[in-house]
Amino acid sequence: MRFRLTSSAIDTDSARRELLDLGAGGYVSFEGWVRNYNEGQEVIRLEYEAFQELAAKEGERIVAEALQRFPLKHALCIHRIGALDLTDMAVWVGVSSVHRGEAFDACRFIIDEVKHRVPIWKKEHYRSGDSGWVNCERCAAAPIHAHQHA
Amino acid sequence: MQLKIQYYALMREQAGRSEELLETSAATPAALYGELAARYGFTLMPEQLKVAVNSEFTDWSRRLSAGDAVVFIPPVAGG
Repeated sequence: MRFRLTSSAIDTDSARRELLDLGAGGYVSFEGWVRNYNEGQEVIRLEYEAFQELAAKEGERIVAEALQRFPLKHALCIHRIGALDLTDMAVWVGVSSVHRGEAFDACRFIIDEVKHRVPIWKKEHYRSGDSGWVNCERCAAAPIHAHQHA
Repeated sequence: MQLKIQYYALMREQAGRSEELLETSAATPAALYGELAARYGFTLMPEQLKVAVNSEFTDWSRRLSAGDAVVFIPPVAGG
């Protein structure tokens, strides 16, 4: 599996070793971290929830697309689920290739597609005591608010 | 017919459950969402969602069959 979900800390050393290749001249990785601020709110912790069966399939398709689109040696993406604290690593992407250019491009492609397509949701807990599902609460509230005042 | 519905994230909280077996006459995911939104007061509009049947993305107009597992997918936020 070149896309994995895990409820424990991502072992980047071990993941990186899976990308080693005698023909690879370089390797690029991306780590997504839990930060303390989002859209005007102070974040204190996060929860990730996934529709695991479909997330695994869609993630695997994304990595396969990257391997077709770019001349890579290997590619791998690992995403956390469950409760995370500030500075924890939420996602890791790594690719190895002959030259650096396609490695940078493919790494960017994978993380961008994962954020848009894989059924994983993020709940932020705020210092204020409030919490919210990212991309769901605000866009959900807007049409209803508009409707009530129409 | 009986369908299995699974709920995630905001919709799981609004439905107050992770899954259920539902007896319904809804022929399509679009009709089914209308039925469930009326019951649970879902705040997400269908235009904001995707739908999966038997763990694969599908169309809102697909004909549902007895035993299908249906998941409505709120806007995602991985990474």
